[in-house]
Amino acid sequence: MAMEMRLPVARKPLSESVGRDTKKHLVVPGDTITTDTGFMRGHGTYMGEEKLIASVAGSVERVNKLICVKALKTRYNGEVGDIVVGRITERRRSAEDELAMRGFLQEGDLISAEVQAVFSDGAVSLHTRSLKYGKLGQGVLVQVSPSLVKRQKTHFHDLPCGASVILGNNGFIWIYPTPEHKEEDAGAFSANLEPVSLADREVISRLRNCIVSLVTQRVMLYDTSILYCYEASLPHQIKDLLKPEIMEEVVMETRQRLLEQEG
Amino acid sequence: MASVALSEAEKVYIVHGVQDLRVDGRGCEDYRCVEVETDVVSNTSGSARVKLGHTDILVGVKAEMGTPKLEKPNEGYLEFFVDCSANATPEFEGRGGDDLGTEIANTLYRIFNNKSSVDLKSLCISPREHCWILYVDVLLLECDGNLFDTICIAVKAALFNTRIPRVRVLEDEEGSKDIELSDDPYDCIRLSVENVPCIVTLCKIGYRHVVDATLQEEACSLASLLVSVTSAGVVTCMRKVGKGSLDPESIFEMMETGKRVGKVLHASLQSVLHKEESLGPKRQKVGFLG
Repeated sequence: MAMEMRLPVARKPLSESVGRDTKKHLVVPGDTITTDTGFMRGHGTYMGEEKLIASVAGSVERVNKLICVKALKTRYNGEVGDIVVGRITERRRSAEDELAMRGFLQEGDLISAEVQAVFSDGAVSLHTRSLKYGKLGQGVLVQVSPSLVKRQKTHFHDLPCGASVILGNNGFIWIYPTPEHKEEDAGAFSANLEPVSLADREVISRLRNCIVSLVTQRVMLYDTSILYCYEASLPHQIKDLLKPEIMEEVVMETRQRLLEQEG
Repeated sequence: MASVALSEAEKVYIVHGVQDLRVDGRGCEDYRCVEVETDVVSNTSGSARVKLGHTDILVGVKAEMGTPKLEKPNEGYLEFFVDCSANATPEFEGRGGDDLGTEIANTLYRIFNNKSSVDLKSLCISPREHCWILYVDVLLLECDGNLFDTICIAVKAALFNTRIPRVRVLEDEEGSKDIELSDDPYDCIRLSVENVPCIVTLCKIGYRHVVDATLQEEACSLASLLVSVTSAGVVTCMRKVGKGSLDPESIFEMMETGKRVGKVLHASLQSVLHKEESLGPKRQKVGFLG
């Protein structure tokens, strides 16, 4: 059995460990971004007293004449076409609904879906009009901040290490064992409850710990970063990845590999 | 209790996994990493903050003078109060956290309700008239499973950190008593926490039992056993929680596991507390903004 107790260590400022060349312009609500009135204002800003003021806490992004502030940590804002993973919390109680849906979906079930429309109050309507969406079976859910999920062409990834992930834009990440063969009714509403093999479980647990480490160090999540982190974590035991110093080491290595790949 | 909703498939995954490998890679008897810091609140007699995964507990101990209880005139006593802050989960808003708070406080009273946990006679100033009452306040800041274990670790650390001012009772010629506080602020008495017990929660999931369950694992478990163990491995009290039933054989196994795990828990806690104390007054306090 393992038991480790330790004294807390103060967090190091992130910029020291990362060594970025270009410093981001960080603002908090109420900060003046610029007094130049020639700019168009984007998300996260408003005009007040002849100057552009930030309304969220984040980094300033400038595209030609458009200035917007990208928030570091926000609630999920839906966009049409986003893939989300969601849990059913409540359902309409009508007779037809009872007869039809209850056999398929229960409260507490997880589904993957695509955003169809966004209402003015921020609510989104979802659709599962494709066989790749639908009820999710056995696997592990990790909840992260939505701002850490990178927008990509596809959010369904079959990783070469032996498991698959769905990176929901709302910050819900679903890790599951890769299905053996593409069944006819993949994405249909009957879950497979057979025990998952130990080898698959190890991959899934390792991926879960890797994603949690990336999130604590604020690294953007996409298939390449998760894969590099997985490979960097292989020399360590799965449960050691829960320790802060090992998390830092693994994420540092991941960051270096990502920088090399870019440059 | 703060709980999280899970789908049937997720529960099946967790229950099958407990046999070999839990969801985060731990074994059945592994704890998550624990961070302990004492002396975080300056206007208390003793305080401690413990973080286990994302479960965050703050305990403050205040020593006040009062009259001893009628049935125990030579002893001081401890009063526990648990506050489940709405910070932890929205379920605790308003009066929502009161039930859980009273349950935890009653458990704490039970495990401290014996002669040897804390030396209550040392808290007596003059029999039948004055004694020290230790008000132990527990604040739940964040909840991520395994509340009882974390709370007990924090209470033990806070009692270790408690400094009670030394007082002397002076008698006048007329016979009226006066209590004199020592001038030196560092002249205090400390409690011996050798026999303060710690709770080990064992959750029955499927056919095995696990230690230090996360919120998801607690949602899959129908019954749990709370075993309160001292550093010598002596069980002071046991309690079963949950709707499900437990086999008498499993209860015995879980108790043995609890004793074994409890001894290691106490040893680690003692070494961390002594290490912190050896750093002396110059140690860097991390506190809440670290």
